[in-house]
Amino acid sequence: MKEVVKSGKSVEEAVKLALADLGAAVSDVSVEVLSEPAKGLFGILGAKPAVVKVTVKDSLGERAGVLVKKIITSMGLDGNVVVHENERRIEIEINGDRMGALIGRRGETLNALQYLVGLAVNRSEGERKRVQIDVGGYRKKRDETLRELAMKLADKAKQRGRSVALEPMNPHERRVIHMALKSRNDIYTFSEGEEPFRKIVISPRK
Amino acid sequence: MKELVEILAKALVDKPEAVEVKLTEKEKSIVIELRVAAEDVGKVIGKHGRIARAIRQVVKAAAAHSRKKIVVEIL
Repeated sequence: MKEVVKSGKSVEEAVKLALADLGAAVSDVSVEVLSEPAKGLFGILGAKPAVVKVTVKDSLGERAGVLVKKIITSMGLDGNVVVHENERRIEIEINGDRMGALIGRRGETLNALQYLVGLAVNRSEGERKRVQIDVGGYRKKRDETLRELAMKLADKAKQRGRSVALEPMNPHERRVIHMALKSRNDIYTFSEGEEPFRKIVISPRK
Repeated sequence: MKELVEILAKALVDKPEAVEVKLTEKEKSIVIELRVAAEDVGKVIGKHGRIARAIRQVVKAAAAHSRKKIVVEIL
């Protein structure tokens, strides 16, 4: 954690100096007043400056990255963790050997890990960010596979003139398929069933 | 394995100092017992056990090569 101790004529002035030193904004730090300023006699004798300790708070993304690193290390895996963060999302990329274990069957383990890290990061404060974790580009590849599957099954539904139901998928995966088929006007898509068994149905348009 | 459960639990609860993890190795299985402060139990189980299921999933993946069945119990 980065922190500095600064003094100034007033608390405000000391904080301003500290922020300039840290290159941080007021919203990114916590301020502890170590001593209040005192005027003293004639403004000279016994005058005491204000002293503050300003600490840069870890961002949600930094905390998420540290947690992921700790988790994979304790799983006996060695991976490189890269965090991208913006106002609404935290994207974490993990790369390394033997990462298949971290993905699991159809991404089950990866989804569980992502869910837990999301909970841990958004536990306290008001600020909330969506966490997405990817391992070795798995999610990108999976989305591409889903899009191809969607196109194939849409053709099938049209050919047979009957509805085709897909296997249960999570909200993200369903969204990818809905989006992929949105522009087609020979078929339409909807979801049915309850979580976690909700699935997509592709129906031919008459 | 014990460490993994500890890291996960401590990241989820309000009172990380109250997290206790005990590992017992049996012939064909490993039993991990997780204890948290009473008010934190919901935070490691979740609605319909969703959080507990996610913890078990990650632990299972970590134990994949150990050939022993792994059980995470929340007490």
